[in-house]
Amino acid sequence: MRRKTLNILKLPIVLVAFLFVFICLQAFAQDYGDAIVGASISDARNLLPMLASDSASSEISGMVFNGLVKYDKDINLVGDLAKSWEVQEGGLVIIFHLRADVRWHDGSPFTAADVEFTYRKMIDPSVRTPYGGDFERVKSLEVLDDHTIKVTYKEPFVPGLASWGMSIIPRHLLEKEDLNNTAFSRYPVGTGPYKFKTWKTQEKIELVSNRDYFEHRPFLDRAITRVIPDESTIFLELQTQGVDSAGLTPLQYSRQTDTDFFKKHYRKFRLPGFNYTYLGYNLSNPKFSDKRVRLALNYAVDKTEIINIVLLGFGTVSTGPFVPQSWAYDQGVLPVAFDPAKARSLLAEAGWKSVNKDGWLEKDGRVFEFTIATNQGNEERQKVAEIIQRRLKGVGIRVKIKVVEWSVFLSEFIDKKNFEAILLGWSVPRDPDIYDIWYSGKTKEGEFNFIGYKNDEVDKLLIEGRRIFDQQERQKIYHRIHEIIYDEQPYMFLFTAESLSILHNRFQGVKPAPAGIGYNFIDWWVARPQQKYRIAK
Amino acid sequence: MINYILKRLLGMIPVLLGVTVLSFAIINLAPGKFSTLDQAMNPKVSPEYQMRLVKAFNLDKPLPVRYWLWLKSSICFDFGRSFSDNRLIMDKIAERLPVTVGINVLSLLFVFLVAIPIGVKAATKAGGGFDTVTTYFSFLLLAAPTFWLALLLMQFFCIQLGWLPISGIHSLDFEYFSPLRKVWDISWHLILPVFVSSLGGFAVISRYMRSSMMEALNQPYIYTARAKGLPQSQVVYKHALRNASLPIVTMIGLSIPGLLGGSVIFESIFALPGLGQLFFQAVMARDMPLIMAEVVLGAVLTMLGNLIADISYAYVDPRIRYK
Repeated sequence: MRRKTLNILKLPIVLVAFLFVFICLQAFAQDYGDAIVGASISDARNLLPMLASDSASSEISGMVFNGLVKYDKDINLVGDLAKSWEVQEGGLVIIFHLRADVRWHDGSPFTAADVEFTYRKMIDPSVRTPYGGDFERVKSLEVLDDHTIKVTYKEPFVPGLASWGMSIIPRHLLEKEDLNNTAFSRYPVGTGPYKFKTWKTQEKIELVSNRDYFEHRPFLDRAITRVIPDESTIFLELQTQGVDSAGLTPLQYSRQTDTDFFKKHYRKFRLPGFNYTYLGYNLSNPKFSDKRVRLALNYAVDKTEIINIVLLGFGTVSTGPFVPQSWAYDQGVLPVAFDPAKARSLLAEAGWKSVNKDGWLEKDGRVFEFTIATNQGNEERQKVAEIIQRRLKGVGIRVKIKVVEWSVFLSEFIDKKNFEAILLGWSVPRDPDIYDIWYSGKTKEGEFNFIGYKNDEVDKLLIEGRRIFDQQERQKIYHRIHEIIYDEQPYMFLFTAESLSILHNRFQGVKPAPAGIGYNFIDWWVARPQQKYRIAK
Repeated sequence: MINYILKRLLGMIPVLLGVTVLSFAIINLAPGKFSTLDQAMNPKVSPEYQMRLVKAFNLDKPLPVRYWLWLKSSICFDFGRSFSDNRLIMDKIAERLPVTVGINVLSLLFVFLVAIPIGVKAATKAGGGFDTVTTYFSFLLLAAPTFWLALLLMQFFCIQLGWLPISGIHSLDFEYFSPLRKVWDISWHLILPVFVSSLGGFAVISRYMRSSMMEALNQPYIYTARAKGLPQSQVVYKHALRNASLPIVTMIGLSIPGLLGGSVIFESIFALPGLGQLFFQAVMARDMPLIMAEVVLGAVLTMLGNLIADISYAYVDPRIRYK
């Protein structure tokens, strides 16, 4: 009798103990195996990182190669192939201490000679790399020993540090190759968490996990990217679980995936985007050289309305050339309210008045009208242009919209500065240096200050911002730039769109962070019973 | 006959030259420049880099010089390297050729196998029930946009029923399959694309067949044949069909250049690694060497197609003779 009561008393303890062990197993027993199948609209072009200028190629080569530094989940620079680094002599010198435990996928050790080789190729004019600019500011690069590198800059250059996130390529395999024209471009060998396996043009690229990866062996054995050029096909593939991850449009995110099937099999992610969409004015055009006009236009357009209609709410109002989650973004710069009356009075101040019954504003006998040009193939932008058109009509400005094929848009509109206003977007890099877009000297053909912005204080701050390594000091600089630019309205800043994506829910260990979800890809795993693709190697 | 063929082949040379001069001029006169979406608007890409590309691709030389350079190497079948990834044009085309040609040949066969009997049947009982139904259907098929039909069929057969794969031509683990399973896998993936790409052809060819068959059936020799007491099948298939097949031979000849011309929309929807995508992207990026290779290929095939059609006329129709 006594024994029995004891047993009953013990039962919960045993249960709890079991539960504990079970939870521990769950927490620590991450299974290896399975594959992740992604979809890409376009095929990669070149897997040699320094020549990979398209996003499809960079995404693949980013898994096969490493740089010296990388951004972590909170968008801070951390070491990758470099264990650590020291910035010396006020930013003139950076010394990188490289990891000694890294091997190329073919087994050869990674050393400082590979870094030096990569640098030489980056600044070699015969190599057709678009990314050489940042490295031309390097005065010298010295290999101190096998795992230490000293980089000396001509002058302090903060974005230079992040530029060492450039993938390092193997010297022993490429020394005798012409990089513009090498088989390596289609059979890359790197140091990264995944090894290249096959590339079937316009079909798929398959990577397999690098079991000796220096951080740890990735849990997912294979990473396959399928090329599916049509977005509706990708969406149909999701419905048969033929694709594990894909980007979503706002409509797909909010309505089309709002079904039991998707809730059961997929997990959706809504992350802050690194982009902004803007209406840029040609500042050499007399209509827009008057600041009051630009301010008025900003009052006349309702950005929240644009976000709600075009992005179905998946975006935030943008007020400057940074993204809200960045430390460079000044949260104190608030967007102005939608206020057509204020717009009208500012326009009247600038001399634009409605003189006859047709309602259009006129000055010196000419109606206020201008053309917004944007590129073909981006429906979002076309809708935004139409909403702006309607809102500006409300204050008496006649807007025409011109949608032009991309290549023509670049050569005939941007290069020749032959536009009144353009509706475009920038993707925002992790480092806030925006010298190339806003510096007053960057207005030659092919450069990016094509609106012709010029402000002496901004020029000074832009130069200073790339010289000071201290983040707090830099923050002050970029906050001030943000403030001035929003005050001057050379662009009408519209919105930052969120990045929407979907992932099969058998993947565990996915932790959304400011940097997105891909930063800890090697920690993603699938419990053995749920593993879908079993053939490996 | 041999002389005739040789004469025709020689005659193609000036035509081909004319085609290349014209298209080279048109491509270069069109607005736009070589560009790729990603690097064109990347502030990290300096104008010096763009200039370097212009030099590397000889884009700074005058147009006639560039044409001459192109012509010189093209005569030896060297179409140069693509601007966008610096690979040999021939390689790029060769790796995509099998898919496009395979699907087009299959769908062409399918079209003729199905459309000719339908056309014949409809013509023999013109105005009857079968004729009316096929007429309506072929107009419906002609009017329906392929991409829309494709998506509907995918929704039904692949998602609702789960019978067929949605896109691609291989399963993901194709490499690990046995040879037999590989054949099965490819056929499985091809059913829907081949079917959809044939639909337009069905409508056109069956209409052609019907009208030329009706014309043939009203000829005096058919009355003669019937008067001789020949069975219906022999009258239709032996006497009328042979005479009605001239336009069909023309159609086959005209389809030959089409064998290499993949459709962009179609390849996008089914995610097929074909030529249509390749050439479309080449045009969007102003990838000149690739565009020119495509033009030459198209021109050569069109001329060959015409030649083949002309030669086959002589076999099909004894009234036609070449000297």
